[in-house]
Amino acid sequence: MRLQLPNPGLEDRILSHEELDKLETEEAGSGDRPKWDNKTQYMLTCVGFCVGLGNVWRFPYLCQSHGGGAFMIPFLILLVLEGVPLLHLEFAIGQRLRKGSLGVWSTIHPYLAGVGIASMFVSLMISLYYNTIMAWVMWYLFNSFQETLPWSQCPLNYNLTGLVSECEQSSPVDYFWYRETLNSTPDIGENGGLQWWMVLCLVSAWAVLYICIIRGIETTGKAVYVTSTLPYVVLSIFLIRGLTLKGSLSGVVFLFTPNLTELTNPTTWLDAGAQVFYSFSIAFGGLISFSSYNSVHNNCEQDAVIISAVNGFTSVYAATVIYTIIGFRATERFDNCLGGNILVLLNTFDLPEGNVTESNYDQVLQSLNGTHPEVIQGLNLKTCDLNTFLSEGVEGTGLAFIVFTEAITKMPVSPVWSVLFFIMLFCLGLSSMFGNIEGVLVPLQDLGVFPKSWPKEAIAGTTCVLCCLVGLIFVQGSGNYWLSLFDSYGGSIPLLIIAFCEMVGVVYLYGIDRFNDDIEFMIGHKPNLFWQITWRFVSPAIMFVIFVFYFITKVQETPMYKAWNPESENFPTLEEKEYPTWIFVIIFILAGIPGLSVPLTAIYKCLRNRCCKKDNEFKQDDLNTIAKQVHLTDEATKNKPDIPETADGR
Amino acid sequence: MLVWILFLLCQVGAPALAQDLCQRDAPNGYKVRISLKTALGEDAYEWNQSEMFFFQATMAFAMRRHFQMETYNVDNIILCVQTSRVSFWFVVTSPDNTTMLIPKADVEKAVRMSRHRINNAFLLSDRTLEFLGIYPTLAAPVNPDTPPWLIVFGVVIGAVCAGIIALLVSSLLQKRRKEKGMTEDGQDEEDMQVKGVENGINLDGTYNRGFTDDDRFTKL
Repeated sequence: MRLQLPNPGLEDRILSHEELDKLETEEAGSGDRPKWDNKTQYMLTCVGFCVGLGNVWRFPYLCQSHGGGAFMIPFLILLVLEGVPLLHLEFAIGQRLRKGSLGVWSTIHPYLAGVGIASMFVSLMISLYYNTIMAWVMWYLFNSFQETLPWSQCPLNYNLTGLVSECEQSSPVDYFWYRETLNSTPDIGENGGLQWWMVLCLVSAWAVLYICIIRGIETTGKAVYVTSTLPYVVLSIFLIRGLTLKGSLSGVVFLFTPNLTELTNPTTWLDAGAQVFYSFSIAFGGLISFSSYNSVHNNCEQDAVIISAVNGFTSVYAATVIYTIIGFRATERFDNCLGGNILVLLNTFDLPEGNVTESNYDQVLQSLNGTHPEVIQGLNLKTCDLNTFLSEGVEGTGLAFIVFTEAITKMPVSPVWSVLFFIMLFCLGLSSMFGNIEGVLVPLQDLGVFPKSWPKEAIAGTTCVLCCLVGLIFVQGSGNYWLSLFDSYGGSIPLLIIAFCEMVGVVYLYGIDRFNDDIEFMIGHKPNLFWQITWRFVSPAIMFVIFVFYFITKVQETPMYKAWNPESENFPTLEEKEYPTWIFVIIFILAGIPGLSVPLTAIYKCLRNRCCKKDNEFKQDDLNTIAKQVHLTDEATKNKPDIPETADGR
Repeated sequence: MLVWILFLLCQVGAPALAQDLCQRDAPNGYKVRISLKTALGEDAYEWNQSEMFFFQATMAFAMRRHFQMETYNVDNIILCVQTSRVSFWFVVTSPDNTTMLIPKADVEKAVRMSRHRINNAFLLSDRTLEFLGIYPTLAAPVNPDTPPWLIVFGVVIGAVCAGIIALLVSSLLQKRRKEKGMTEDGQDEEDMQVKGVENGINLDGTYNRGFTDDDRFTKL
């Protein structure tokens, strides 16, 4: 008993299996639709799109904060139940219908074009701010070519009597990030003007992206040989380096120590589901585009499984590497903390050096506290706990630009490690950007926004220039706050809606039977029971649950942001501020427009259909016989002799 | 006789007087703190009376170097309150009048001037040979004319722009070559006829070969 929604005219919109085979053999050389040079390029591009900055700076944090090794369980379960089916679905539908995301959804049903448009909007918003992160990475990369890294020490103040006070109160890495890189204003309302050095870095980030996408997958396919493989090389180098540093193993142990009680917490499952979903870059439209350039009989099922496995493995691998370095940094901090306390004790009581060591610190402190309690109180000794340092759980830009850079300054030959790290981040981000931009460019071309005479270089160039100009929002003084705004609201809820619509659209509008037949035609065997169950029930259910919980959480909490305010009371800690009221308009635009474009486009198409029904009836009367063609031709030449595009209308 | 008694008194009294001059928290004295194990680890030498004498000699040298006129001697540097940390206090007396102390500010200037020499004499650094109250002068920052990041940026942007221009030019040339190739042979005109373009109307549909002018294609 299959549920199938009525979908008239589907047969006419799609190519039949025989036509697909003919297309395959005939157009082997024609350059009408781009093709991958070889399977490796396709796989590397997809891997690069899926594996991104999130694997490096979001997954380790989630893993550590949700019970370490125990987090693997929800992560792997949801990877299999949610990630792999969605991936297979996108690959299969793209390969079958051979169009970009907008084309695919319009083909399945004209009312579903909204899904493609929503994908385009989401890809556009994310491209805008993602490349700013690339610009930050480039800034750090450019600054790594110095013997003493600029974030390793505080600069001197104006009259060279001491260190800059803002830096002294916080730390050199914080100062370099918030002051010298972002030049952060204390409030999102103050925009602080454009920071010229960041503008230069933004321009260079877009320029590098442009040169890689200038001819579509022809150039992208070559670029991914480097951008998709280099991160793995660098991660391995860091792993080897990390394991030889003191304290690295305590970091790894801390990361993976399982805390099974976390599994009873629903937030853990929610975060795992969200991480799987966002990590796979589903619903951006890029994956559909990429697989549409494949040959028809490519084994998309195998591809989906392989790429999911690679993505999962990369997350775990990157988490291990990151935590060896974090373990090293935490141990270093702990040693410094304890060493500082010991020095204070030695100096105050004039004890000989070596009398108080790390091992007898506690006993000595206790005995001194017994004899001179007031003196000890007056000293304000800091409490040093290794676990506190390890669980200074940082994620996102804080991990990459503050915690990790600090750890790098403590390693010998720091500039080399810094260059390697930022090149790795750049490659990870750039390969994700390829997918994002693909999800923007192909729908734009399908919508006909650009004139058909423009070559793809011009289209790509115009898009890059426009995105760069809009991206100037993010290089102002308040740019960081805008970026987190876009990140939290632009990329989260709309994607869940789109993915849900995708599944429902394919399974119930396109028809699971037809889909199964297509896959059997493409790869030779029907998808087995696992795929059937997950496509029809399990994955849409998971999407729905995550969406509801996410929506409720986001709507309930008052949106706050963390600001860097040197004037605030607990200064080095970021100040939590509420967004001003006009931000809610922006939030609505970010989250609402892509989400609403699905129903709105459906309604628009419906209305247009109803009021112009006569033309449609004429179109639908197409019978594919020679006689009819000839008859129609005569009719056409008789009635409309001077209109050249008679049979051009679709 | 009186002179001899006075002389004896001076000999006895001088050290006592010296002790009064040098004491903990003396207004014109400085506390010195030395961390040998932190600086030298395994190679740390033992701090004993000879090292204290060496310190006195180094300080006398520093004072001589600063003032240049007056001849300071080892006796002019008085040390006291030695602890096992290793830390001690010292004061500097004037070579002309052993009861008069050199003011703190002058001692500071002398120490600052010869700090590097004093550190090196003991194989220590600013951090491990501390004069409490005399802060080490911070090294002046090295300010290159062009910030290094700008140089790297220039290189990267130059390479990328060169690449973009090269790719654009090559696409343009490819296009021009294609267009030239198309107009040179009349191949396309025939193709257009075969596909059934008549009077400029492009007909969508399957072309029925039954209607072709076969004579054109058969060669006799």
